[in-house]
Amino acid sequence: MGDFDFDVIITAIPFLLSGLKVTLILTVTAIIGGVIGGTLLALARLSSFKPLSYLAGGYVNFLRSMPLILVIFWFYFLVPLIVGRPIGGFYSVLIAFVMFESAYYCEIIRAGIQSVSKGQAMAGKALGLTYAQSMQFVVLPQAFHNMVPVLLTQGIVLFQDTSLVYVVGVHDFLVSADIIANRDNRLIEMYMAVAVVYFLMCTMGSLAVRILQKRLAT
Amino acid sequence: MIQIENLGKNYGAFQVLKNCTTQVLKGEVVVVCGPSGSGKSTLIKCVNGLEPFQDGNIHVDGTSVGEKKTDLPKLRSKIGMVFQNYELFPHISILENIGLAQKKVLNRSAEEADARSMELLKRVGLSEQAEKYPAQLSGGQQQRVAIARALAMDPIAMLFDEPTSALDPEMINEVLDVMVELASDGMTMMVVTHEMGFAKKVADRVVFMDEGHILEDLPKTEFFKSPKDQRTKEFLSRILTH
Repeated sequence: MGDFDFDVIITAIPFLLSGLKVTLILTVTAIIGGVIGGTLLALARLSSFKPLSYLAGGYVNFLRSMPLILVIFWFYFLVPLIVGRPIGGFYSVLIAFVMFESAYYCEIIRAGIQSVSKGQAMAGKALGLTYAQSMQFVVLPQAFHNMVPVLLTQGIVLFQDTSLVYVVGVHDFLVSADIIANRDNRLIEMYMAVAVVYFLMCTMGSLAVRILQKRLAT
Repeated sequence: MIQIENLGKNYGAFQVLKNCTTQVLKGEVVVVCGPSGSGKSTLIKCVNGLEPFQDGNIHVDGTSVGEKKTDLPKLRSKIGMVFQNYELFPHISILENIGLAQKKVLNRSAEEADARSMELLKRVGLSEQAEKYPAQLSGGQQQRVAIARALAMDPIAMLFDEPTSALDPEMINEVLDVMVELASDGMTMMVVTHEMGFAKKVADRVVFMDEGHILEDLPKTEFFKSPKDQRTKEFLSRILTH
């Protein structure tokens, strides 16, 4: 370790930051898309209209039994076939992540909705609210309130999982570091820097979850 | 106002309600009592379509509840309901609890809704609590808010599903007082309760249920003086000896 060279890391910072930006955009978009998709899927799964419920259930169970990396491959090769033109690695992984995370968020949100007592929805209905209104104003706000910590935890897992995009050549944070590491033959420095950044960001995320949990509990 | 005709309901093979027929006329207060599991809560939830039923029918203000085409949300907005566990919405303030459906269902403006909510809070003696959240109130206060929330929709009738069963004894009266006042104002009420004192005071008729059947449906004085069915007598002797 005697020749550990910090300068390598410092000069690489602008390049690394552009990679980190890709990672963060992917993470944030996948969380937002996943929560929206997951909410719709959860509502479909809980629907009393059986075909819809089965369809959503099938989708969720299918994606949850696939390795993420396979889903990334699929979308990389399938989406261009469907839309008839190449869309690039970034957009294909973006779609893959949103679709994949929707399945996971669906299960979290479904549990959240079911954690709200049936009497609440009944009280909403008794006041004349429609199903959609009672979901929107009564059940979902309480469900999300209960779910925030779990949703964020899933977000942290997702943040780490985005590193898998290297398989289709998207330049995220890890890939950027890897490029420098190989170009300058500074593997130790770069991989250490990557580890520290992932560690710090995930720790901060977990800390935020814990603070939120405490605040929500009161 | 409320006509229940030959109502039947089952969960799979289990029959919860069997051929129930009764009615609540405009301005009348009808108390429904009976042992637990007798189907009285299910019966009252059928009235506004919260529980589906298979046989017979219910008409509320001329509207058929069982009909597929009936706009149930619209019908429910005209019938107030108060639950055993209050079911206030814990994530919004007392004022918003009373205002939510006024704004979303009746399309009242925020000012109109707030004014009406405050008026009702005053009526149930809780004006001071408007900005608080449900968890900060006692059970009796929460139930009074729940009554105000139902009244805010200007209902044509009120349904009470064991409104005092979850309350500590010292809080029961503050809720009953509000209900007695409502009754004396001429509100049409159907009340599932074990509070026989309330029944004696304000009920016009008392309905007794057991095992899904309506066994008695009598004017109050007759019900307490000369019930016909043996099970009613047993029930009354058990509940009134204390």
